[in-house]
Amino acid sequence: MDIADRYIRNEQMLSHEENLRLRSFRVAVVGCGGLGGHIIEMLARMGIGHITAIDGDVFEPHNLNRQLLSLPSNLGMSKAGEAQKRIALVNPDVQVVPVAQMLDESNAGALLHGHDIVCDALDNVTTRKIVAKAASMLNIPMVFAAIAGWYAQVGTIMPGDDLLEKIYPEGINKGAETHLGNPAFTPALAASLQLAETIKVLLGKQGVLKNKLLVLDTLEHHYEVISFD
Amino acid sequence: MEIKVRLFATLRENRDKELQLSLSEGVTPADIFVKLEIAKEDVAILLVNGRDGSPGQALKDGDVVSIFPPVGGG
Repeated sequence: MDIADRYIRNEQMLSHEENLRLRSFRVAVVGCGGLGGHIIEMLARMGIGHITAIDGDVFEPHNLNRQLLSLPSNLGMSKAGEAQKRIALVNPDVQVVPVAQMLDESNAGALLHGHDIVCDALDNVTTRKIVAKAASMLNIPMVFAAIAGWYAQVGTIMPGDDLLEKIYPEGINKGAETHLGNPAFTPALAASLQLAETIKVLLGKQGVLKNKLLVLDTLEHHYEVISFD
Repeated sequence: MEIKVRLFATLRENRDKELQLSLSEGVTPADIFVKLEIAKEDVAILLVNGRDGSPGQALKDGDVVSIFPPVGGG
Protein backbone atom coordinates (compact mmCIF):
# COMPACT_ATOMS: atom_id res chain seq x y z
CA MET A 1 0.00 0.00 0.00
CA ASP A 2 1.34 3.43 -0.97
CA ILE A 3 0.95 5.51 2.17
CA ALA A 4 1.25 8.78 0.26
CA ASP A 5 -1.80 7.88 -1.81
CA ARG A 6 -3.89 6.65 1.10
CA TYR A 7 -3.44 9.80 3.16
CA ILE A 8 -3.03 12.39 0.41
CA ARG A 9 -6.40 14.02 1.17
CA ASN A 10 -5.30 14.50 4.80
CA GLU A 11 -2.29 16.48 3.71
CA GLN A 12 -3.78 19.88 3.03
CA MET A 13 -4.89 20.23 6.64
CA LEU A 14 -2.09 18.18 8.25
CA SER A 15 1.51 18.25 7.09
CA HIS A 16 3.19 15.15 5.72
CA GLU A 17 5.17 14.93 8.96
CA GLU A 18 2.02 15.19 11.07
CA ASN A 19 0.42 12.43 9.03
CA LEU A 20 3.42 10.20 9.62
CA ARG A 21 3.27 10.98 13.35
CA LEU A 22 -0.32 9.73 13.54
CA ARG A 23 0.99 6.22 12.89
CA SER A 24 2.99 6.32 16.13
CA PHE A 25 -0.01 6.98 18.41
CA ARG A 26 -1.93 4.49 20.52
CA VAL A 27 -5.58 5.33 21.14
CA ALA A 28 -7.93 3.50 23.52
CA VAL A 29 -11.62 3.59 22.61
CA VAL A 30 -13.86 2.61 25.51
CA GLY A 31 -17.15 1.41 24.02
CA CYS A 32 -17.63 0.09 20.48
CA GLY A 33 -21.27 1.08 20.01
CA GLY A 34 -22.90 4.27 18.68
CA LEU A 35 -19.98 6.61 19.30
CA GLY A 36 -17.23 4.01 19.32
CA GLY A 37 -17.94 2.49 15.91
CA HIS A 38 -17.60 5.88 14.20
CA ILE A 39 -14.57 6.83 16.29
CA ILE A 40 -12.71 3.61 15.45
CA GLU A 41 -13.55 3.93 11.75
CA MET A 42 -12.30 7.52 11.61
CA LEU A 43 -9.15 6.83 13.67
CA ALA A 44 -8.27 4.06 11.23
CA ARG A 45 -8.96 6.17 8.15
CA MET A 46 -6.87 9.02 9.59
CA GLY A 47 -4.03 6.56 10.01
CA ILE A 48 -3.72 6.23 13.80
CA GLY A 49 -1.30 3.32 14.19
CA HIS A 50 -2.81 1.45 17.13
CA ILE A 51 -6.37 1.27 18.43
CA THR A 52 -7.44 -0.66 21.52
CA ALA A 53 -11.17 -1.35 21.16
CA ILE A 54 -12.75 -2.09 24.55
CA ASP A 55 -16.30 -3.45 24.87
CA GLY A 56 -17.61 -6.54 26.65
CA ASP A 57 -20.94 -6.41 24.82
CA VAL A 58 -22.27 -8.21 21.75
CA PHE A 59 -24.38 -6.71 18.96
CA GLU A 60 -28.14 -6.80 19.36
CA PRO A 61 -30.94 -5.88 16.94
CA HIS A 62 -31.61 -2.54 18.66
CA ASN A 63 -28.03 -1.45 17.82
CA LEU A 64 -28.67 -1.58 14.06
CA ASN A 65 -30.27 1.89 13.86
CA ARG A 66 -26.98 3.64 14.60
CA GLN A 67 -23.98 1.50 15.45
CA LEU A 68 -21.66 1.54 12.44
CA LEU A 69 -20.07 -1.81 13.25
CA SER A 70 -23.40 -3.63 13.67
CA LEU A 71 -24.90 -5.68 10.84
CA PRO A 72 -27.74 -8.17 10.63
CA SER A 73 -25.04 -10.75 9.96
CA ASN A 74 -23.00 -10.10 13.13
CA LEU A 75 -25.74 -9.98 15.78
CA GLY A 76 -24.55 -11.83 18.87
CA MET A 77 -20.90 -11.22 17.98
CA SER A 78 -18.41 -9.30 20.15
CA LYS A 79 -18.43 -5.57 19.41
CA ALA A 80 -14.69 -5.32 20.07
CA GLY A 81 -13.98 -8.32 17.85
CA GLU A 82 -16.11 -6.88 15.03
CA ALA A 83 -14.18 -3.61 15.30
CA GLN A 84 -10.97 -5.49 14.61
CA LYS A 85 -12.48 -7.32 11.62
CA ARG A 86 -13.87 -4.11 10.13
CA ILE A 87 -10.61 -2.18 10.43
CA ALA A 88 -8.65 -5.05 8.88
CA LEU A 89 -10.77 -4.35 5.77
CA VAL A 90 -10.69 -0.53 6.04
CA ASN A 91 -6.99 0.01 6.75
CA PRO A 92 -4.79 -3.03 7.25
CA ASP A 93 -1.89 -0.79 8.32
CA VAL A 94 -3.73 -0.10 11.59
CA GLN A 95 -3.36 -2.49 14.49
CA VAL A 96 -6.59 -3.05 16.41
CA VAL A 97 -6.43 -4.93 19.67
CA PRO A 98 -9.94 -5.99 20.74
CA VAL A 99 -10.69 -6.25 24.45
CA ALA A 100 -13.98 -8.10 24.84
CA GLN A 101 -14.53 -7.18 28.46
CA MET A 102 -16.24 -4.37 30.30
CA LEU A 103 -14.00 -1.74 31.78
CA ASP A 104 -14.43 -1.33 35.53
CA GLU A 105 -12.48 -0.07 38.53
CA SER A 106 -10.47 -3.27 38.77
CA ASN A 107 -9.09 -3.26 35.22
CA ALA A 108 -9.26 0.41 34.10
CA GLY A 109 -5.63 1.23 34.89
CA ALA A 110 -4.26 -1.88 33.20
CA LEU A 111 -6.44 -1.46 30.09
CA LEU A 112 -5.67 2.24 29.56
CA HIS A 113 -1.96 2.11 30.45
CA GLY A 114 0.36 2.77 27.52
CA HIS A 115 -2.06 4.82 25.42
CA ASP A 116 -1.61 8.41 24.26
CA ILE A 117 -5.29 9.33 24.59
CA VAL A 118 -8.61 7.77 25.56
CA CYS A 119 -11.82 8.25 23.59
CA ASP A 120 -14.87 7.84 25.80
CA ALA A 121 -17.64 6.12 23.84
CA LEU A 122 -19.58 4.79 26.80
CA ASP A 123 -23.30 4.85 27.50
CA ASN A 124 -23.28 5.46 31.24
CA VAL A 125 -21.90 8.04 33.64
CA THR A 126 -20.54 5.64 36.25
CA THR A 127 -18.04 4.01 33.87
CA ARG A 128 -17.15 7.38 32.33
CA LYS A 129 -16.07 8.58 35.76
CA ILE A 130 -13.98 5.43 36.24
CA VAL A 131 -12.28 6.07 32.88
CA ALA A 132 -11.71 9.74 33.72
CA LYS A 133 -10.14 8.87 37.08
CA ALA A 134 -7.89 6.18 35.63
CA ALA A 135 -6.86 8.35 32.66
CA SER A 136 -6.01 11.23 34.96
CA MET A 137 -3.88 8.98 37.20
CA LEU A 138 -2.06 7.67 34.11
CA ASN A 139 -1.61 11.25 32.83
CA ILE A 140 -3.60 10.48 29.68
CA PRO A 141 -6.03 13.00 28.11
CA MET A 142 -9.62 11.83 27.61
CA VAL A 143 -12.03 13.01 24.95
CA PHE A 144 -15.58 12.85 26.25
CA ALA A 145 -18.91 12.70 24.43
CA ALA A 146 -22.46 11.80 25.32
CA ILE A 147 -25.68 11.89 23.33
CA ALA A 148 -29.43 11.77 23.95
CA GLY A 149 -31.89 12.02 21.07
CA TRP A 150 -31.27 15.34 19.26
CA TYR A 151 -28.68 16.43 21.83
CA ALA A 152 -24.99 15.83 22.34
CA GLN A 153 -22.10 17.05 24.47
CA VAL A 154 -18.37 16.95 23.75
CA GLY A 155 -15.34 17.99 25.77
CA THR A 156 -11.70 17.22 26.40
CA ILE A 157 -10.52 16.29 29.86
CA MET A 158 -6.83 16.86 30.49
CA PRO A 159 -5.20 15.06 33.44
CA GLY A 160 -6.23 16.74 36.70
CA ASP A 161 -9.37 18.35 35.27
CA ASP A 162 -12.75 17.28 36.64
CA LEU A 163 -15.24 18.14 33.89
CA LEU A 164 -17.48 15.16 34.58
CA GLU A 165 -17.97 16.22 38.20
CA LYS A 166 -19.23 19.57 36.91
CA ILE A 167 -21.70 18.26 34.35
CA TYR A 168 -23.18 15.22 36.10
CA PRO A 169 -24.93 15.44 39.47
CA GLU A 170 -23.70 13.04 42.12
CA GLY A 171 -25.14 9.54 41.81
CA ILE A 172 -26.56 9.93 38.29
CA ASN A 173 -25.83 7.12 35.80
CA LYS A 174 -28.06 7.90 32.80
CA GLY A 175 -29.49 11.06 31.27
CA ALA A 176 -32.21 12.20 28.89
CA GLU A 177 -31.38 9.31 26.50
CA THR A 178 -33.48 7.00 28.66
CA HIS A 179 -36.62 8.58 27.23
CA LEU A 180 -35.26 10.20 24.03
CA GLY A 181 -33.33 7.21 22.70
CA ASN A 182 -30.27 7.19 20.46
CA PRO A 183 -30.68 7.98 16.74
CA ALA A 184 -28.11 7.51 13.94
CA PHE A 185 -26.93 11.08 13.52
CA THR A 186 -26.06 12.48 16.96
CA PRO A 187 -23.54 9.69 17.74
CA ALA A 188 -21.92 10.25 14.31
CA LEU A 189 -21.81 14.01 14.89
CA ALA A 190 -20.39 13.73 18.40
CA ALA A 191 -17.86 11.09 17.27
CA SER A 192 -16.65 13.42 14.49
CA LEU A 193 -16.09 16.19 17.01
CA GLN A 194 -14.25 13.74 19.27
CA LEU A 195 -11.99 12.85 16.34
CA ALA A 196 -11.18 16.52 15.75
CA GLU A 197 -10.34 16.90 19.44
CA THR A 198 -8.28 13.69 19.45
CA ILE A 199 -6.18 14.71 16.46
CA LYS A 200 -5.64 18.20 17.90
CA VAL A 201 -4.54 16.87 21.29
CA LEU A 202 -2.23 14.26 19.75
CA LEU A 203 -0.58 16.79 17.44
CA GLY A 204 -0.47 19.58 20.04
CA LYS A 205 -2.78 21.92 18.14
CA GLN A 206 -4.72 24.90 19.51
CA GLY A 207 -8.44 25.21 20.15
CA VAL A 208 -8.97 22.13 22.28
CA LEU A 209 -12.14 22.04 24.44
CA LYS A 210 -10.05 21.81 27.62
CA ASN A 211 -12.29 22.27 30.67
CA LYS A 212 -14.98 23.26 28.20
CA LEU A 213 -18.13 21.57 27.06
CA LEU A 214 -19.61 21.92 23.59
CA VAL A 215 -23.35 21.39 23.89
CA LEU A 216 -25.22 20.59 20.68
CA ASP A 217 -28.95 20.76 19.96
CA THR A 218 -29.66 19.51 16.45
CA LEU A 219 -33.43 20.04 16.89
CA GLU A 220 -33.17 23.82 17.20
CA HIS A 221 -29.60 24.14 15.90
CA HIS A 222 -28.28 25.69 19.04
CA TYR A 223 -24.57 25.11 19.67
CA GLU A 224 -22.71 26.60 22.60
CA VAL A 225 -19.34 26.20 24.28
CA ILE A 226 -19.52 26.37 28.07
CA SER A 227 -16.27 27.18 29.89
CA PHE A 228 -15.63 25.71 33.34
CA ASP A 229 -12.32 27.51 33.91
CA MET B 1 -35.73 41.85 40.48
CA GLU B 2 -35.66 40.49 36.94
CA ILE B 3 -34.05 37.13 36.18
CA LYS B 4 -33.82 35.56 32.75
CA VAL B 5 -33.99 31.74 32.68
CA ARG B 6 -32.83 29.75 29.66
CA LEU B 7 -33.86 26.11 29.46
CA PHE B 8 -32.22 23.56 27.19
CA ALA B 9 -32.99 20.22 25.55
CA THR B 10 -35.69 18.22 27.33
CA LEU B 11 -36.30 20.96 29.90
CA ARG B 12 -38.13 22.79 27.09
CA GLU B 13 -40.79 20.10 26.96
CA ASN B 14 -44.00 21.76 28.22
CA ARG B 15 -42.06 24.91 29.12
CA ASP B 16 -40.86 28.01 27.28
CA LYS B 17 -37.21 27.89 26.28
CA GLU B 18 -36.63 31.35 27.70
CA LEU B 19 -38.46 33.01 30.58
CA GLN B 20 -38.25 36.44 32.14
CA LEU B 21 -39.16 36.13 35.82
CA SER B 22 -39.86 38.90 38.34
CA LEU B 23 -38.62 37.51 41.66
CA SER B 24 -37.96 38.78 45.15
CA GLU B 25 -34.50 39.71 46.43
CA GLY B 26 -32.32 36.81 47.58
CA VAL B 27 -33.89 34.21 45.31
CA THR B 28 -31.64 31.29 44.35
CA PRO B 29 -31.49 28.93 41.35
CA ALA B 30 -32.93 26.22 43.65
CA ASP B 31 -36.03 28.43 44.14
CA ILE B 32 -36.35 28.66 40.36
CA PHE B 33 -36.20 24.85 40.00
CA VAL B 34 -39.15 24.62 42.41
CA LYS B 35 -41.10 27.38 40.67
CA LEU B 36 -40.65 25.75 37.25
CA GLU B 37 -41.22 22.23 38.62
CA ILE B 38 -37.81 21.04 37.47
CA ALA B 39 -36.68 17.96 39.40
CA LYS B 40 -33.25 18.18 41.03
CA GLU B 41 -32.01 15.16 39.05
CA ASP B 42 -32.94 16.93 35.79
CA VAL B 43 -30.43 19.69 36.49
CA ALA B 44 -27.00 18.62 35.31
CA ILE B 45 -25.42 21.93 34.37
CA LEU B 46 -26.38 25.19 36.02
CA LEU B 47 -24.88 28.40 34.68
CA VAL B 48 -25.29 31.89 36.08
CA ASN B 49 -24.30 34.49 33.50
CA GLY B 50 -22.57 31.77 31.49
CA ARG B 51 -20.40 30.57 34.37
CA ASP B 52 -20.67 27.44 36.53
CA GLY B 53 -23.21 28.29 39.23
CA SER B 54 -24.53 26.70 42.40
CA PRO B 55 -28.19 26.05 43.33
CA GLY B 56 -27.88 27.96 46.60
CA GLN B 57 -26.26 31.16 45.39
CA ALA B 58 -28.18 34.42 45.73
CA LEU B 59 -29.08 35.86 42.36
CA LYS B 60 -28.84 39.52 41.40
CA ASP B 61 -31.09 41.67 39.26
CA GLY B 62 -30.40 40.97 35.58
CA ASP B 63 -28.75 37.58 36.11
CA VAL B 64 -29.20 34.95 33.41
CA VAL B 65 -29.69 31.39 34.65
CA SER B 66 -29.15 28.54 32.17
CA ILE B 67 -30.18 24.97 32.98
CA PHE B 68 -29.18 21.83 31.07
CA PRO B 69 -30.41 18.29 31.77
CA PRO B 70 -28.00 15.33 31.92
CA VAL B 71 -27.00 13.69 28.64
CA GLY B 72 -25.29 10.32 29.01
CA GLY B 73 -25.85 8.01 26.02
CA GLY B 74 -23.33 6.69 23.55
